[in-house]
Amino acid sequence: MADLRSNFIGIKSPNPFWLASAPPTDKEYNVVRAFKAGWGGVVWKTLGENPPVVNVSSRYGALHSADQRMIGFNNIELITDRPLEVNLREIKQVKRDWPDRAVVVSLMVPCTEEAWKGILPLVEETGADGVELNFGCPHGMSERGMGSAVGQVPEYVGMVAKWCKQYTRMPVIVKLTPNVTDVRKPARAAKEGGADAVSLINTINSITSIDLDIMAPTPTVDGKGTHGGYCGPAVKPIAMHMVADIARDKDTFGLPISAIGGIANWRDAAEFIALSAGTVQVCTAAMHYGFRIVDDMISGLANWMDGKGYKTIEDFRGKAVPNVTDWQFLNINYKSIARIDQDKCIKCGLCHIACEDTSHQAIAAQRVDGKRRYEVIDAECVGCNLCNHVCPVPDCISMVAVETGKPYLNWTQDPRNPMRKAAE
Amino acid sequence: MTQSATPDIAAGRLRADDLAANFDDVKPPLDRKKALIESSRCYFCHDAPCVEACPTSIDVPNFIRMINTGNTLGAAEEILDANILGGMCARVCPTEILCEDKCVRNTSEDKPVNIGMLQRYAVDHLLQSNHRPFARQKPTGKRVAVVGGGPAGLSCAHALAIHGHDVTIFEARPKLGGLNEYGIAAYKTVNDFAQKEVQFILSIGGISAKTGQALGRDVTLDQLRKDFDAVFLGFGLAGVNALGLADEDKLSGVEDAVAYIADLRQAADKSKLKVGRKVVVIGGGNTAIDISVQTKRLGAEDVTLVYRRGPEHMSATWHEQEFAQVNGVKLKHWARPIRLLGHNGAIKEVEFERTALDDRGQLVGTGETYSILCDQVFKAIGQKLVKDPVNGKARESLDLHGGKIAVNEERKTSLGNVWAGGDCIASGIDLTVQSVEDGKVAARSIDRYLRGK
Repeated sequence: MADLRSNFIGIKSPNPFWLASAPPTDKEYNVVRAFKAGWGGVVWKTLGENPPVVNVSSRYGALHSADQRMIGFNNIELITDRPLEVNLREIKQVKRDWPDRAVVVSLMVPCTEEAWKGILPLVEETGADGVELNFGCPHGMSERGMGSAVGQVPEYVGMVAKWCKQYTRMPVIVKLTPNVTDVRKPARAAKEGGADAVSLINTINSITSIDLDIMAPTPTVDGKGTHGGYCGPAVKPIAMHMVADIARDKDTFGLPISAIGGIANWRDAAEFIALSAGTVQVCTAAMHYGFRIVDDMISGLANWMDGKGYKTIEDFRGKAVPNVTDWQFLNINYKSIARIDQDKCIKCGLCHIACEDTSHQAIAAQRVDGKRRYEVIDAECVGCNLCNHVCPVPDCISMVAVETGKPYLNWTQDPRNPMRKAAE
Repeated sequence: MTQSATPDIAAGRLRADDLAANFDDVKPPLDRKKALIESSRCYFCHDAPCVEACPTSIDVPNFIRMINTGNTLGAAEEILDANILGGMCARVCPTEILCEDKCVRNTSEDKPVNIGMLQRYAVDHLLQSNHRPFARQKPTGKRVAVVGGGPAGLSCAHALAIHGHDVTIFEARPKLGGLNEYGIAAYKTVNDFAQKEVQFILSIGGISAKTGQALGRDVTLDQLRKDFDAVFLGFGLAGVNALGLADEDKLSGVEDAVAYIADLRQAADKSKLKVGRKVVVIGGGNTAIDISVQTKRLGAEDVTLVYRRGPEHMSATWHEQEFAQVNGVKLKHWARPIRLLGHNGAIKEVEFERTALDDRGQLVGTGETYSILCDQVFKAIGQKLVKDPVNGKARESLDLHGGKIAVNEERKTSLGNVWAGGDCIASGIDLTVQSVEDGKVAARSIDRYLRGK
């Protein structure tokens, strides 16, 4: 059986599945329920200075798939609205009761040395395993010069990270905002500031929907709405790209990453770990289905690892990173074409119409003895993969490599590239 | 056990609330939540097999997608554009052999999208709203007579009215609706839906209805052809096939299923309907199933349906057969009635001969017989065209084919300005949805004819 134990920058947990700093980790009651359910760790919902913030009523918006499941989720909730001392007392109690679980405390205070210097010892006193600096929340707090307002300025990121390393012995994780053009800049700054790790992504600026009756964004607070932080399955691709960018950047290569963003099951987790994440943090999926989703995450990851022969997380961590490259280095001579398994095909015609209307007219709609048949026209197929994605039947359409007899050639080498660098 | 000397045919066999439950909606409508879940199952197929399977070619994926996006009125418009009786068809179509049979989800999971129920959801929504999607075009001054106010006639009349023609419907019965009003099993169309649909159709304007007017009795085809620019015949099949057995018309308790069902549909109080304790039904179509299940639900103790061939030969679909069985009807196959035995003028027993297919595939009697004791026998072995009204004394007579009115692809008959559709034409498909299509296709042809005139 695979060993899922995790040691992330010295913070140990029985598995790499942590709950992200968010409503599920706002108080002892929830966190204890999570630990009972089997979660490896939590990042306690962000603490701030007293007096506590005040939250509004109606805080979440959602994007649903056609079958009414949330695929995207947003919130306009601020950091914890409970008094600092209550949170600190509960953190201390939880850590005492659950010594084998990771308890990291998220922090957000004004961007002054005094503020950070003041709160860190209070957290350290709880026995928590580390702190995560919330430089990510894109709503509300950012208007007050905190959260993503800090995360968007690499100099501030580095500066606060440095203060924190100076005033605590605890490991420091910097949580990054995705609301930047290039996430590598704040990540580099965090590293330069001495941060032990980064976690990403925080939520994305978003408006999930407009209520067409009252003509206002949702969630709606007395007729008005504001942008919130977007998360859930829909943001996973964005998060993966940012994690990969940091994982393969020469300046941040090797910087420990706790991955966040749309992780809902073991497979999502495995993918982020393959991109070098040491732990993964979950919020939306837990808020959607409750804490017991961790059952599948634990057994699914272990079973998959057993099947692949990976004994520990480290055995496959980062294995996909070398295969993330720039477009210009892709093999231009590689060719694949679609293949339709006629035995599995249910004749819905979606592959045909997608290709016919919007792509390369490479799937013929035929009638053979009156029966529908969809067939790939090899000569027209560019291997774009669209048909494969629109097909509702698992494994019905596959992309098969075609032997071209041509060697690896990337765009920098291609004679058709007018900007090609001359051969040395 | 002693056998009573008098037939046991009685009213009020069930308590009022049981009776009400038995004749309530057999498939309760989808609510919004269920409609959203079910509509999300549709893959939005291209060149969808379900559309091809629908005699009226309703764009099924499109209307289902509209339900899913909350555009329920748009969904209903999509349906009604193709099939103005989409509400009734959603209730009575044998979807298990039409659209749902062709749903691609059958291939992978044996569970089609519930198209019929989604269609009902959309159309009911529109009918319950104030939204009226159709408007008449400028009046043309052309007049069309529609004979028969059933699905074919209503469909034709509505389409003609849209085109601005004035339509007069001649209906022999007191109410419009045809089999929707007098034939469909009661639990398939509750709350007077047939009449609500008729009112919706008439609300377009330009359609007047003369009820109690039978062709051949009150009006003649010759006269209609003279008085109107065009005539559409959609009067269905008024004749009922007989068993051809001695005493068939003499013994009490031997009844036509069609007439009994019509009485049942019109009965204000079903507890007043008399039904036998032991019932035998002869036939293998939907009428046979409907009379079997409805007599069972009226309180008959034993209902036995006997069909001369096998289950696969029944024109009632597998779904209908299962429905009958679930309702406690005993289905017996491969036997034909050869003798009706009475006592004191009332049916007492039906003697059947077992049947089989011979080497040439012909149905033959085996000589082996058995009898079923009964109080009531229902004949449900098909209906036929009554020719007299159309061809009795007419100047020119209509061409017939296989005992029904011959038409071309546009549903035009052999007579110059006469079209026909529904069960009375020789299409081989006696479904409500086919009748609607006939009326629609005929109306298109009539419109072209009238504009060219």
